[in-house]
Amino acid sequence: MARYLLRRLVISIPVLIGITLATYLIANLAPGDPVTALLNPEQMSNLGPDWVEEQKESLGLNDPLPVRYLIWLKETATGNLGFSSADRLPVSEKIGERLWPTIKLMTTVLIVSVVVGIPLGVLSALRQYSWIDYLLTFAGFVTVSIPSFFLALVLIYIFSLKLDWLPTSGMYTLGQERTFLDSFRHMVLPAAVLGLAQAAPLIRYTRASLLETIQQDYVTVARAKGVAESVVIVRHALRNALIPIITIIALDVPRLLGGTIVIEQVFSWPGMGTLAIAAVQGRDYNVLMGINLIAATMILISNLLADALYAMVDPRIKYG
Amino acid sequence: MSDSAAVDTATSLKTDADKGRKSTSWWKKFRRHRLALTGMIVLALLAIASVFGPFFLEFSPTQTDLLSIKAPPDGTHLLGTDAAGRDVLARLLSAGRVSLAVGVVAVAIYVAIGVVLGGVAGYVGGWVDGVIMRLADMVLSFPAIIVIITLVSILGPSIFNVMLVIGLLGWPPITRLVRGEFLSLRERDFVVASKSTGAPGLRIIFRHILPNALTPVIVNATFGMAQAILLEAALSFLGLGVQPPTASWGNMLNAAQSITILEEMPWLWVPPGLMIVASVLSINFVGDGLRDALDPRTRR
Repeated sequence: MARYLLRRLVISIPVLIGITLATYLIANLAPGDPVTALLNPEQMSNLGPDWVEEQKESLGLNDPLPVRYLIWLKETATGNLGFSSADRLPVSEKIGERLWPTIKLMTTVLIVSVVVGIPLGVLSALRQYSWIDYLLTFAGFVTVSIPSFFLALVLIYIFSLKLDWLPTSGMYTLGQERTFLDSFRHMVLPAAVLGLAQAAPLIRYTRASLLETIQQDYVTVARAKGVAESVVIVRHALRNALIPIITIIALDVPRLLGGTIVIEQVFSWPGMGTLAIAAVQGRDYNVLMGINLIAATMILISNLLADALYAMVDPRIKYG
Repeated sequence: MSDSAAVDTATSLKTDADKGRKSTSWWKKFRRHRLALTGMIVLALLAIASVFGPFFLEFSPTQTDLLSIKAPPDGTHLLGTDAAGRDVLARLLSAGRVSLAVGVVAVAIYVAIGVVLGGVAGYVGGWVDGVIMRLADMVLSFPAIIVIITLVSILGPSIFNVMLVIGLLGWPPITRLVRGEFLSLRERDFVVASKSTGAPGLRIIFRHILPNALTPVIVNATFGMAQAILLEAALSFLGLGVQPPTASWGNMLNAAQSITILEEMPWLWVPPGLMIVASVLSINFVGDGLRDALDPRTRR
């Protein structure tokens, strides 16, 4: 088991290195250089091109690309992601304070999608070809066809502006004591929008997986033994049907992260998404690179976690 | 040599005949899928309205009327006007051209890349296969939208760059699919037969393997078009996609980020939102119909 996980970890190292390389190359595509970016044109004409060239030389900006990449990699490995060009704060600090709200939102969405998606998928499978099965399939199509931000706008229009039940944006009410109820009320709409989008494929996969498992011989055997149908479904079929679902959930994390970025913007959620959009608008490339790196690492970790969970729950998997 | 030509003609005749039979039967199956048929009709209507509609309208999508700004729908402006006094209906239809075109072109780009890379990986195998597939893993492990907004911020937002960036990042699923098909097809009797007659590699790939591997690609590309339209809409909504004054459904929704517009001027943001839902839902239904009709293995 430990060996299996270690091997998965080792395999992910080249992918991680590839990600850092791609990140660095993309950053290098950006026009301009850090020296001229810091000076206004008037200062620049006073100091002259020679001075700029000197500064570039002393900062190592004239080194060949591979050398600069290795230096950057070394700094990144020690946690130094550079400084934001907007406010000179360290990138790691800026991302650090935005990481928690994003993770909080994503975790809530994952829980919502599992709680909604798996039971509905089971229902759909047990009532195969019934009206509820067709309704859920149709609803799934509609859910994946609505742009999340449009759904968010519709929900804000109904529940915040017309009914005035829920706040339109933010994580807390400003200038108020931070209570659980307050943060819950802020969480409802963004979690509902993203949770629905994540639940839709989960319903379909749970349905398909359970339908396949029900046809297995051991389920027939259990039924033949006279085990109660509910026990057959829950104990024998469902437990095995849920194993591949773990992978489905993990493989959907990139989509969730992408959705989170857009939805954070709609709800002014103080997470990495709003930071990323602000960084794009301010051409703050160091911050953008940091976010790219963190996001890719998050996805890598979720894949590893899925592998580990998969190996733990399914004894048929040979690891070694 | 003449022998091999004869064999080649024989096999291609056979596949042509197969195709003829298949094409009538898939259309029969597709027609039975009522939602897919409805989707296809809605999609055709949307495309026709977007392409030809603007010629029949009184207003151009960029023409501003300073005397009627943010006017609610009436007899002159059927869907009202926006913050710059532009006719919403005219913008809605010309936005349809942009959004549908982005979907088609972006998917065409990544299908082309995916088919070539997947074909090479599956046919050549070995370390070439390893490198291509690890590259695909890497692209898939990036959250697409973060990379896309980063690239767009560097390249500058424009219709062309949106198509390009979506196209450049969308290829891994197609590559995996084509590779898988190639791996299984290259061992099949008809391929081995034409190889043994001395047919050159490229001919085998294009005449014998590729036509047989296309079915799942067509299905995947159809769903991909829906994804691309959603992605373009999201980017334009964030202000990173198609730039005004050119209209796209996404950037028309951008206005709704203002609470006043959201609350008091629904004619500005509801129509483009519904257009996105209608087109994406139609494409997804068509894709579902195609999958049922073309691919017997994934029959529900």
